[in-house]
Amino acid sequence: MTPIALSVNGRKIQALVEPRTHLADFLREHCRLTGTHLGCEHGVCGACTVLVDDEPARSCLTYAVQCDGLAVQTIEGFDVDPIMQELRTAFSREHGLQCGFCTPGMLIAARDIVRRLPDADARRIRVELSGNLCRCTGYLGIINAVESVIAARASKPTAVASAAAATPPAPLQAFAPTGEVAPVSMATPAAALEEVRTGWTRLRRVLWWQDRRRRYGRSLRTFLQWSPASTGPS
Amino acid sequence: MKAARFDYVRPADVGEALAALAKAEGAKILAGGQSLGPMLNLRLARPALLVDISRLAALQQVEDTGRTWHIGAGVTHARLEDARGRLSGGEMLCEVAAAIAYRSVRNRGTIGGSLAHADPAADWPLALAALGASVNVRGPTPRNILVAHFIQGAFTTTLAANEIIESIDVPKLSRAGRYGFYKFCRKTGEFAEASAAAVFDPESGVASIFLGALRGIPQPLASLAQQVARQRKIAASTEAVNQAIAQSVRGLDAVERSMATAVVTRALMQVLAP
Repeated sequence: MTPIALSVNGRKIQALVEPRTHLADFLREHCRLTGTHLGCEHGVCGACTVLVDDEPARSCLTYAVQCDGLAVQTIEGFDVDPIMQELRTAFSREHGLQCGFCTPGMLIAARDIVRRLPDADARRIRVELSGNLCRCTGYLGIINAVESVIAARASKPTAVASAAAATPPAPLQAFAPTGEVAPVSMATPAAALEEVRTGWTRLRRVLWWQDRRRRYGRSLRTFLQWSPASTGPS
Repeated sequence: MKAARFDYVRPADVGEALAALAKAEGAKILAGGQSLGPMLNLRLARPALLVDISRLAALQQVEDTGRTWHIGAGVTHARLEDARGRLSGGEMLCEVAAAIAYRSVRNRGTIGGSLAHADPAADWPLALAALGASVNVRGPTPRNILVAHFIQGAFTTTLAANEIIESIDVPKLSRAGRYGFYKFCRKTGEFAEASAAAVFDPESGVASIFLGALRGIPQPLASLAQQVARQRKIAASTEAVNQAIAQSVRGLDAVERSMATAVVTRALMQVLAP
């Protein structure tokens, strides 16, 4: 056990943790802050996104011992945050959630986009949110919600002026290469080591799908059996 | 999915970190933990001790040395992404950093960690090999080694168990220099299915094209690079690129070669854009 002292949502907390306890488990089980959700526990789904020292981070890929002396902010810590207030209203209005599982991570990622990218368009928002998976909304409601908050803030007189466009570089000139990057020998990668990666990728996919099936299998089957003909107006 | 038991130390400087590595069997360096974290949680990695170097100030610098950018191993992808417009001659670093995984991963993942992990589909091994960057390694005997030589295969580097990557020296591109970087990902932010980096600089004479996301290390396409530099164009059909790849890289199936051809062509189109 390792002693740590950190701040969670502004509260000073001291605890003894096992080094292997990741931040999300620490928040949920020690601090009883269950707003941080755990989906995949290997950095793919984004549900566990929290702020560590004011920057979004995967709390499943951050161990609690690493946060000794740092400030952590979870979804429970945004009650009076002005951007989060606007985002909550917009998510509600635009149908940016259904089951709500992804929403804590989605909101923290969305707030980061609003703060960091005041010029983001719908496409950029999509790219920026690609690290947060949602299985209900089809993302459109979420994108619309974030876009509407950015638009509302841009129309305020205090909005930050956009940066000037960079000048494009000159076209490439023909030349005879001399300072060539040192040639690389055709190294023979050990077959066993290749298999680590292949195995890892495959295992990740299998585990991800198993998890999805366990969580949503029944509702997916119900959805697939549903058809307009069988439930249409009689 | 919870990690197996491990011990944890957070040394105060690089010397202490090296001492911790030397003392313990099965110790592993923890930088950003964005690749090591999943491997720990999936129990694919079970180190006895993690040596956390993520807060070492000595690994955080980004310095202009005149001919190169000197980047500390602990610099995060997000910091390089946000350096856009302030890294003259190193613009490619900003662009590559911005397309790695997701922002919450970029906030913690580091350039040195990515090199040490040496995932064949990762972006830094490819981009830094094409740029001719070199790695400064601290250990019993400090050494400097080209990225293209440092990485030896999938998840394999020349880094010994008692060594730490301290920094990376990235040669600057001149104003006449151009670069291209293109990757195919099944989903934005996922590891690349195919990727290519191209760097051309008439002033320093550098002409390099590297193909990534292969089974082993990024592979140079030297003759194609020579040809593009001299003629300042690529053939109208992609057949020439396809041929060059077939000559340099063996063992690709038809789909992989087709994807490789596309990424190389698109990276070269960025280089040759008017």
